[in-house]
Order: sequence, then structure tokens, then C-alpha cells
Amino acid sequence: MRKILATLIAIASLGYSSAFAGTLVINTDLTDPAPKAAFEWAFNKFQEENPDVTIEVNNFDHEGYKQAIRNFLTTNPPDVFNWYAGNRMLPFVRAGLVEDVSDIWSDTGWVDGNLTEGMSHAKKPMTIGGKQWGIPYTYYQWGVYYRKDLFEANGISVPTTWDEFVAACATLKAAGITPITIGSKYLWTTAGVFDYLNLRTNGYEFHMALTKGEVPYTDPKVHAVFDKWDELVKPGYFLENHASLAWQEAIPPMVNGEAAMYVMGNFSVALFKEGGLTNDNLGFFQFPEITPGIPMAEEAPTDTMHIASGAKNKKDAKRFLIFLSRADVQEEMNKTLGQLPVNSGSKVDPDPFLEAGLNMLNNAYAMAQFYDRDAPAEMASEGMKGFQEYMVNPDRRDKILERLEKVRQRVYK
Amino acid sequence: MPNSIQLSYRKSSWWKLNQQRLTPFIFLAPGLLLFIVYVIWPIFNSLYISLLQWDGLSPAIFVGISNYVELLDDEYFYISLMNNLKWLIFFMLAVPIGLGLAIFLNQTIFGIRLIKSLFFFPFVISQVVIGIIFAWFYNPRGVIGPFLEYIGLGNYAILADENFATYGIIFAGIYPQIAYCMILYLTGLNNLNTDQIEAGRMDGAKGFSLFRNIILPQLRPATFLAIVVTVIGSLRSFDMVAIMTQGGPWGSTNVLAYYMFETALSEYGYRMGYGSAIAAVLFTIMMFYILFFIYRMYQSEKKGL
Repeated sequence: MRKILATLIAIASLGYSSAFAGTLVINTDLTDPAPKAAFEWAFNKFQEENPDVTIEVNNFDHEGYKQAIRNFLTTNPPDVFNWYAGNRMLPFVRAGLVEDVSDIWSDTGWVDGNLTEGMSHAKKPMTIGGKQWGIPYTYYQWGVYYRKDLFEANGISVPTTWDEFVAACATLKAAGITPITIGSKYLWTTAGVFDYLNLRTNGYEFHMALTKGEVPYTDPKVHAVFDKWDELVKPGYFLENHASLAWQEAIPPMVNGEAAMYVMGNFSVALFKEGGLTNDNLGFFQFPEITPGIPMAEEAPTDTMHIASGAKNKKDAKRFLIFLSRADVQEEMNKTLGQLPVNSGSKVDPDPFLEAGLNMLNNAYAMAQFYDRDAPAEMASEGMKGFQEYMVNPDRRDKILERLEKVRQRVYK
Repeated sequence: MPNSIQLSYRKSSWWKLNQQRLTPFIFLAPGLLLFIVYVIWPIFNSLYISLLQWDGLSPAIFVGISNYVELLDDEYFYISLMNNLKWLIFFMLAVPIGLGLAIFLNQTIFGIRLIKSLFFFPFVISQVVIGIIFAWFYNPRGVIGPFLEYIGLGNYAILADENFATYGIIFAGIYPQIAYCMILYLTGLNNLNTDQIEAGRMDGAKGFSLFRNIILPQLRPATFLAIVVTVIGSLRSFDMVAIMTQGGPWGSTNVLAYYMFETALSEYGYRMGYGSAIAAVLFTIMMFYILFFIYRMYQSEKKGL
């Protein structure tokens, strides 16, 4: 109820946002403390640099925003709004609600060098139909978090190939340690594993084609992904009973030394450390290579800023997007967010996980946005259910993939 | 102005003639209006939406009965339907257990009021709280799993087992329902006719036969109410599922009410038409049941109760 109310108030406040020249209307869903602080800093800084512009912010509740964005973009568009990269923005782009900002990306003349150079690695997820539709300002890496001490005690070095990875799992299992912990109650953790297996087995282009619904789920290439997955699921390398655990509940086994690895996003580090792990015994490595020679794309859910096609003040909106792309701005904002700046000119605080992530992503071939952002909502929900079922009953693979194919044909028709 | 006088006279006479007949309707009007606006109209509206393909915002497309056709080929729908049946059957256990507890607690000893209120407690706590606490019990790192492991049976997570997760949820749902049935029976037991019991005793009835032939018939209204609320409770089983498993693992604990919510209103679903079609099916099932009970009630009232 509170959410609905907040949304209503926000929508109502849109009504009288008189947009005279120099007013920049920004719709956001930054209700969590860190993003809120980061953006308050950015708004102040922008206003300091551009005293002729007045920023007007409509802050929505995070959950309510997902519904509200459909309303405000069609009825009362702001100048700037935040959203996510990849297929999550596709429906809005397709409906002509988002402004093409390719000129910002190709413009080399502005203050801080050019975007194409500083953020080239993040260009693909912002591109639909050869054009760019917004700019990214923060992201975080996914990969494998592991117990350094357990690896050392069992004589395992960080695996860089699939064979090494599977061998490491076998060694750990033999030592009575669960190789990989996971909590799949809320489904999405399974998608992280699937995404990486697919990105490494078939590559970024195939993964995108699959999530865009261009490839059937019964394709032999999808089966190849599950063949690899079988190598982990069938010998029981994943935590037992994972279907009844939330992702956080799968962290204690690793903190207690009962499990050694977790395929996760960087936001988990805070929880690992709360549980008592330190930089000495918690490590991070890139998901190992599976098919040799396939360029390494990474999973990096990206938060983005866009201009509405119905914006009244496009000139200042563009100035704001350019401001937000700057290395110094992203550096400062991401210090508050505890995440990674997208601009490769930005630095991060000396933190081994942020540094490792920054290094990995700056050299990434491309970035996937995560299964539930790359695939449309309906497909994502069915897909993740299927992944969870597969991870408990690997024998049902064919049945599951046939079901997903049925869903695909319905969703993308 | 004789004409207008006559007119107003005629009006008031019509009112006077029909006053008796109209008054009940006038008193009913506010309630009836709300009932039409908030119950009748939404029912028909949702039946209409079930014929559309609509995400809630973009223009709706009329697709006829294709949502229902798809429903026939949807295995999650059948799983939900089966689970609803399981709920219906096992939820009924709340009635005899509630009766047993009520009889057990229907004594006059010191502190019985406190004990009664303790037994009634589950019904007072919110369903959400019960769901969360039972989910903790069932968690492999909670209470039951470690206990089973301790006695050597191996850890077991019922909510992750597609075959038994539903029973785990029903068990949690039954817990407050028992308390509800118990309180219905306790009030029933308070109103027992002591003359009849004494007469029965004199005729030599005791123990089970006294209970079966004298007490149970007198508890009929309470039984009727207990069954009605239990059946409705089982068909509405939404909150427990939403809290404990969200329909998982992989949709195996879905019930119609939750599946409807998932397809139409959750983060990943904007299929208003399909959700409405599920709602229509659930509505039909409930309607059969309700009509049956209204008919039964009507019959027994005609007999003079």
C-alpha cells in the first residue's frame, strides 16, 4: 500500500512539473541509502557546474518504479530517467519512448575525452539496432568467489580452464567439502550459473540470440551448455537442498568452511565479510574458459540513464548524460555506491574485489546483463524455474527444455 | 394552483401505498450498491478480461477463448489444480482435530482459560508470521533438518522436495485453522442442552455413544460453519504459498490463487487475460461449492432447522 501511495504521489507531482527552459526533470527509483547519497552528490555537482539549470527529481519507490515507468513514459515523460541496459530497455526503445543518444557516444569533442574510448566495453548492451539509447553509470561484476585457505589446504590453484575447474571440484568433494554453494529458492542464482556456462560454451552472440528468442531452447548448442552443467550437477558438486535456501542462506556454509565457491555478484562480498571472512581467506576469480578461443564476455548488470523521447528539455538532458559519463563523476558516485564505474578512466578504492572486477570488465569482450534482464520477463521466470528444476533433477533436462521451447514460441510470437 | 396540489397528493399516496414494500430495499440500497460495485461488477469485468491479451497498459487485444485453450495445455495449471485438491482434502483434518481439542479443553479446572487462549493463539497471529516461522522450521539449517541429521536420518528439506513441499505448507496452514475450528466448537459446546445429555445418560448412553448420538447432533451448526470456513480457507490458500515457497520448487506448490497472482501481477507477469482466466476457473469451482451449501442451508431452513 505504501508503495502504491508513493507512486501515486510521485505521479501526481509530475502533473504540475512546469517545464520552463532550464528545468531538468529526472525520474528515478533511488530509495536505497547508497544510491540516494550518490545521486544527491551528482545532482548538486551538476547544478554547481550548470547554474542555469534547475533539477527537479521525482523519486519513486524501487518496486513501484517498474510499473510506474510504463505509465510516465507514455503519458507524462520526464527529461531523464534511470533504467537498465540490455533487453530490459528493448520494449521501451521499440515503442519509441527512448531518445537515441548515439551522438553523445560518437561525439569526441567534449571535456573529458570521448565516450567511445572510455566506455567502449559497455557499448554493446546500450546498443539496439546500431544506435545507443542511454549511458551506463555503474555496474558490478559476477564471477566465482572462493575460499583461498580451502584451496590452499587442498593444493588447488585458481582454475582458468574448465578441466581445471571440474578437477578442483572433484578434489574438494573428495576432501568432504561442498565445491559450490548456491541458494536457489528465489531462482535467479541459477541463472547466473546458466549465463556463464552459455557465455563460455557458446559465446556472447549466441547467448544474446537465445535471450532474444531467436534460437530454440532445444538447440544442440543449448544442450551443450547442459552437458557442461551435468559435469557439475551429476557428481553433486552443488550444495545439497539448495532449492530451499535463499542466496544469503547459502553463504554460511562457505563462511563455516563447508563449501568453497559461490558463483555470485560482487554485492555478496559485504555479506561474506559480515560473516567473518576477510581479504585473506576470501578470493575472487573469473569464471573459467570452456570453449577455447571464445572471447570472454562477462556478466555485469548495468544501471543506466536515458532521455525520454518526449522530453521537453533535451539540451540539458544531454548535458546531464555527458556529465554522468565523465570519469571523475563516475569515480565519485561509485565510491558511494560501492560498485564499479563504467568509464575506464575512473579509479576505484583499493579493494581487491573492486580492482579485480574493474580489471576484468575493462578487458571484457562484451557484457551480459543477467538472464532476467536480457530475456523478457515471462521467458525469464519460466527459464529460471526450469534451471532450478534441472539442478535438482538433471535427468529431466529434455522435458524442461521442451517446455521452455514452448514458452519461447509463445512469448516471442 | 389546485393542479400541483393534486400531483403532490398523488405522489405521497403512491409512497404511502408502497412504503412497506420499499423500505427494506431502501435500507439495503447502500450495501447493495457497494456489493454491485465491488463484487458483482469486478466478477464480470474479470470474466471479460479473461478474453483479452493484455499487459495492463498497452492496448488490449481481444483473443476470444484462447486463454482458456492455453490453460488446458498448461502443466502448471494442472499442478495448481491438483494442489488445490490436496489442500481441500487435508485442510479438512482441521475440523475433527479442532473438535477433539475443543472437547479436551471443555472442562472446568483451574487455569483452563489461560490454556484455552494459548490454544487459540495460532489463529490470532498473522498468517504471514506463521508462514515465516514454519519456513524456518523446515529450513535445512533450521530445526527439523538438523534434528533428523542428529538422529541419523540425514538432513531433509521438505520445502525443496516437489513431492512433499505442498504437504509441508498445508501443515503450516492447518495450524491456525485448527484453532479456528476449535473456537467454533468451544462456543458450540457452551450452548449444549444439558437436559438432553442428562436424559441420554438416564437411558444408559455414555462415552462414545453419548458423544455420537447426543452431543454431535447438537453441534451441527458449529460443524457446518467449521466446514464452510475450512473449505473456503483451503481454496483461498494464497498467503502461505506466497510466503513459504512462492510456488516453488519450480512451480510444484502452486495453487490456483497463487498461480493467478504470479501470471498477472508478480514482477515477471503481466498477463492480465491469462490470470483472469485462471481466476474464472477458481471462481467456477467456488461457485459450485457455494451454491451447494446455499441449497443445503435453504433446505434445512425450510424444514425449520
